[in-house]
Amino acid sequence: MVKVAVLQFPGSNCDLDTLYVLRNVIKLDAELVWHREFKANVYDAVVLPGGFSYGDALRAGVIAAYSPAMKHVKEMAREGKPVLGICNGFQILVEAGILPGALVRNDTLTFICKWVYLRLENNKTVFTWKGKVGQVLAMPIAHNEGKYFNDEKGLKELYENEQVVFRYSNINGEVTPEANPNGSLDNIAGICNVERNVLGLMPHPERAAEVILSPYRTKDGLLIFEAMAEFLRGKGVATSRWS
Amino acid sequence: MPLLGGVEVSLAEEEIRKVREILGREPNAVEAGMIDVMWSEHCSYKSSKIVLKQLPKEGERVVVGPGYDAGVVDIGGGYVAVFKIESHNHPSALDPYNGAATGIGGIVRDILCMGARPIALLDSLRFGPLKSSHSKWLLRYVVKGIGDYGNCIGIPTVAGEIEFDESFERNCLVNVVCVGVARRDEIVLARADRPGDLVLLVGGATGRDGIHGVTFASRSLTENSEEDRPAVQVGDPFTKKLLIEATLEAIKTGFIRGLKDLGGGGLTCASSEMAYKGRRGMEIDVSKVHLRETGMTPFEIMLSESQERMLFIVDPAGIDKVTAIMDKYELQWSIIGRVIEEEEIVVKANGEIVARLPTKILADPPTINREAKKPAYLDELLKIEPPPMPSDLSLTLMNLLSSENIASKEWVYRQYDHEVGIRSVVKCGDGDAAVLRILGEDKGIAVASDCNSKHCYLDPYHGGAGAVAEACRNIVSVGAEPVAIVDCLNFGNPEKPEIFWQFKMAVQGIADMCRALSIPCVGGNVSFYNDDEVTGKAVKPSPVVVSLGVVEPLSSIVTMPFKEPGDEVLIVGETFRELGGSEYYYTIHGIEGGKPPIVRFEQERKTLEFVLEAARRGLLKAAHDCSKGGIAVSLAVMSIKSGLGADVDVAAIPAEEMRLDELLFSESHSRFIISTSNEMAEECFKLARKHHVTLSSIGRVKDDGIFLLRFKGEKSLLCKVDDIIEAWKKGFERRMGWG
Repeated sequence: MVKVAVLQFPGSNCDLDTLYVLRNVIKLDAELVWHREFKANVYDAVVLPGGFSYGDALRAGVIAAYSPAMKHVKEMAREGKPVLGICNGFQILVEAGILPGALVRNDTLTFICKWVYLRLENNKTVFTWKGKVGQVLAMPIAHNEGKYFNDEKGLKELYENEQVVFRYSNINGEVTPEANPNGSLDNIAGICNVERNVLGLMPHPERAAEVILSPYRTKDGLLIFEAMAEFLRGKGVATSRWS
Repeated sequence: MPLLGGVEVSLAEEEIRKVREILGREPNAVEAGMIDVMWSEHCSYKSSKIVLKQLPKEGERVVVGPGYDAGVVDIGGGYVAVFKIESHNHPSALDPYNGAATGIGGIVRDILCMGARPIALLDSLRFGPLKSSHSKWLLRYVVKGIGDYGNCIGIPTVAGEIEFDESFERNCLVNVVCVGVARRDEIVLARADRPGDLVLLVGGATGRDGIHGVTFASRSLTENSEEDRPAVQVGDPFTKKLLIEATLEAIKTGFIRGLKDLGGGGLTCASSEMAYKGRRGMEIDVSKVHLRETGMTPFEIMLSESQERMLFIVDPAGIDKVTAIMDKYELQWSIIGRVIEEEEIVVKANGEIVARLPTKILADPPTINREAKKPAYLDELLKIEPPPMPSDLSLTLMNLLSSENIASKEWVYRQYDHEVGIRSVVKCGDGDAAVLRILGEDKGIAVASDCNSKHCYLDPYHGGAGAVAEACRNIVSVGAEPVAIVDCLNFGNPEKPEIFWQFKMAVQGIADMCRALSIPCVGGNVSFYNDDEVTGKAVKPSPVVVSLGVVEPLSSIVTMPFKEPGDEVLIVGETFRELGGSEYYYTIHGIEGGKPPIVRFEQERKTLEFVLEAARRGLLKAAHDCSKGGIAVSLAVMSIKSGLGADVDVAAIPAEEMRLDELLFSESHSRFIISTSNEMAEECFKLARKHHVTLSSIGRVKDDGIFLLRFKGEKSLLCKVDDIIEAWKKGFERRMGWG
């Protein structure tokens, strides 16, 4: 049976939430793994949960990015195993250079917790192959530093390689400045690596995986976890087809 | 300040005599410092203890009542809910960011040290009006302090309330609440009762910060209070998060016999209270304590209020296992002593005894019987002539909706992570109470905090009772059954008889309401000296009440927004001419007096029982209690939340004889607005008759975008729904600005 790790750093705080969804909602064999004990070869996929690893000291995600555990995450990414970074997990993946760009302070200069809409831009990834391009998903965000940034060249590459996976939109899927909660470049909310097996996003799919938690009675966050689970169980499409 | 043991203490001359009498000798400096802290109002409750005795503490569901760090109630299915409220007023008035942040840190430790996982935070805040830049500064940084700390430790801030009034201008009130859940058999008590057990100090290193924090909290703010800034502690949420996980993991080993957090009074308070509860003593070697600074004296170590520390009483057989867990989380720890047979606290430094005191003198100081006298201002304030009727009631409603006390507090809760933990079923602003599910069960905890300080000022007895009533109304309006309360009693200087009278009356009101509803008070906090020596003014009396309820199944949850056009709108309860202390008088007319609402105890109980049964039977599509701003504001908010209009006939509202504006804005208790489908309305009436509750159909939910109140054939109040949405949503933000 496939095994998924939820990687815990000191200060991770969405670890138990993510584990709950993987185990109780998706019915995957998942476990919490303390960063010191994490080994790439034991797991088929890894989720880097949200939180404040190392208290956001220096810069969100930067200390965790240099931890030995991230060498194992890199190895898994290289091997084509699914790697999902949510919120602080996304920040860590970016700081570790596994995903391109940077996540900087929100334009409001405050923490923002609210439900937003996301437009799915790329359904040719391990985590989104079950969705349709243009599909609108409702999920909450909760972050201080979620404004995606990249330079002109970097942004061009992102689009050329179809790495933009989610953008903040309105309920109709229109990507407008009003729908951008934090000032992200081009409303970018989530991106993948060139090989499409690593996804990082600021919104929290684990908080949107059950109808009872959604103000809209939706469970759009499930899409990401279900796609990963079916991929792991061999039902999904091989990544090689997408590159 | 007078001297005891050669050091300055904040005790009265009479108390100093008493210390010498009990001890039979002059204490040394370390001992005097320890006694000074433990005899402070903050630690000893010396002025309030006698009055607090009348609060009902018993109940079928009570597992742990007052006297421990937090109240514990059985919520069925083998689970308990643990909750507590605490004030951090003085520190927040001086240093709003760190004051509020460490308030969160402290209340989280109170829940944690009972062995429960903290799952939610609430904040109950009071400031001066926002036209003052000082108030804006306080609010901005209190919110940031709570947000930064709570968000980092991964505990959602799910509800709260904010009031604005001139009396809080220099003395803001920052009360914070934490709720936890545990399996009933996981509860740990703050007790040291087995000699030989080890005393393990875990977490932040001890420094010189916060020394005399409690004595600072036990006197009035003065123009020199800025000098007390070092008494404000600095929090470290990252260490706290590790401490939470390590503590919960350590409890699972079964070797933890007692647990207490280090808050006010530091090591002195934690050690003496645990030993006293266990009828034992404790020996502590301060040279073993891990320190942040060099050269600290035993006096400083025993009194430091450095944050993020917990004291564990550990079975020696399990000490290696427990410390290995602390090592995993990279937390510092030191074994600083052991539990002893003799009922005394023995403090050693480098092999020498530096203090030896009976636990009783520390943990059970003598109480004081304070004088109480009804203030002269009250009778004058009640006799106020009614103000003129406004010519445009629509405009009056818009002004109320955009007022700082009533407008949406989204500006605040946007900055709080209110979703982490995946338990937030009813979220900020969607119901009168927050609802948190119990993971894996079809059951939830509802929680709400309330206090109307303007009502309390005019009538502290009914104000206190009203705080309990409103908090419980908020619980039933989401479909939950209230099971217990905790309170935070914020008052001025208790040495002034008028202030002590307010305190006594408010507590009596709380106690009587609890008895009428058969709800116990399982814990609380008293904060005195919330007054300003420069202006001589005290805060309006603010007995904040937190009610906790249980809702099951989760499908019986009711929320505030109207649901569908055509639904019938009904009012539960009767309206009386009670406008004293109302938002309408304050915001529209600038009046402070008048006859405030009184609580009709029996009617309140019946009303709560009716709404709860209606919710459980699935008869309610929406529910909202009537409080600040009265019927007009309650109806408007239900419209705003849904985007739907309403057409209401005001003449159908059961009420005593009064003017239209009074009917719309009176803040009488025991009232709800509910909406239901046409088919279920008849059932609602039947149920109301059974409970002997007044219920009246007053209108319908509409989809025409108009909020309309008719009176005797006239369109007395007519607003576009979009306009009232704008007024309510932007009212607060406009004052604060984003960022």
